[in-house]
Amino acid sequence: MPENKNTDYLNYIDKTAPKSPMLKNVLLAFLIGGLICVVGQLIGDFYQKICGLDTDSMRTAVSVTMVFLGALLTGLDLYPKIAKHAGAGTIVPITGFANSITSPAMEFKREGLVLGMSAKMFVVAAPVLVYGISSSVVVGIIYFLYKVLIGG
Amino acid sequence: MQYLNAFWVGGLICAIAQILIDKTKLTPARILVLYVVIGAALGGIGIYDKIVDYAGAGATVPLIGFGNVLANGVKEAVDSEGLLGVITGGASAAAGGISAAVFFAFLIALIFNPKAK
Repeated sequence: MPENKNTDYLNYIDKTAPKSPMLKNVLLAFLIGGLICVVGQLIGDFYQKICGLDTDSMRTAVSVTMVFLGALLTGLDLYPKIAKHAGAGTIVPITGFANSITSPAMEFKREGLVLGMSAKMFVVAAPVLVYGISSSVVVGIIYFLYKVLIGG
Repeated sequence: MQYLNAFWVGGLICAIAQILIDKTKLTPARILVLYVVIGAALGGIGIYDKIVDYAGAGATVPLIGFGNVLANGVKEAVDSEGLLGVITGGASAAAGGISAAVFFAFLIALIFNPKAK
């Protein structure tokens, strides 16, 4: 990447631009992200203790439920309102993943249900799936070779 | 106790992402990609399950947990199916989350319209 020549100017901007309230952002991300995880824990305890799901099924059920809640709150325009304050606190949990699919799906509906809504719903989520699934294949290759060569 | 651990570990994972967004030029989409790859790596070497044992949903709800699910799935599939599991394991394990995300997003977007800006 080309080095930016305007370092003096950028330093000047850094000094004079209003300080972004980083501490406040980080605290809000911590609080709201933490709270979303507590909600996930509550839902998980409900599935495990009341519905009697085993741990693996419980985790999948929690993901599915949280994804539903993220999508619904996006539809109701509540998730973006929380996200305005919470930043990464609403982006990083799996509810944010649901939001990142639902939000463009709603926005591009006017361009049609196939090439608009359905094609563009993955604009943020697709990279997550591409890198996530590719990583899992790499992990699988390494694990397979490890087992074959070392006999783990 | 599990709730406290879920709160602070989940909160910390989000706070680190917020610091990365504020301090670097990383966009939220890149943070998500970074987190899922980190999760797959930590899951691959078997560390992340220890954090999941400690923090429960605090470790599974953030997207790093999604990467961990992918890695655990691929390892289990390699154990049971051998080489074919390398390809099938990750997506099979993540199928619940992915299908839910696709279907619920589809459904919600059909029902609701975006708020006029």
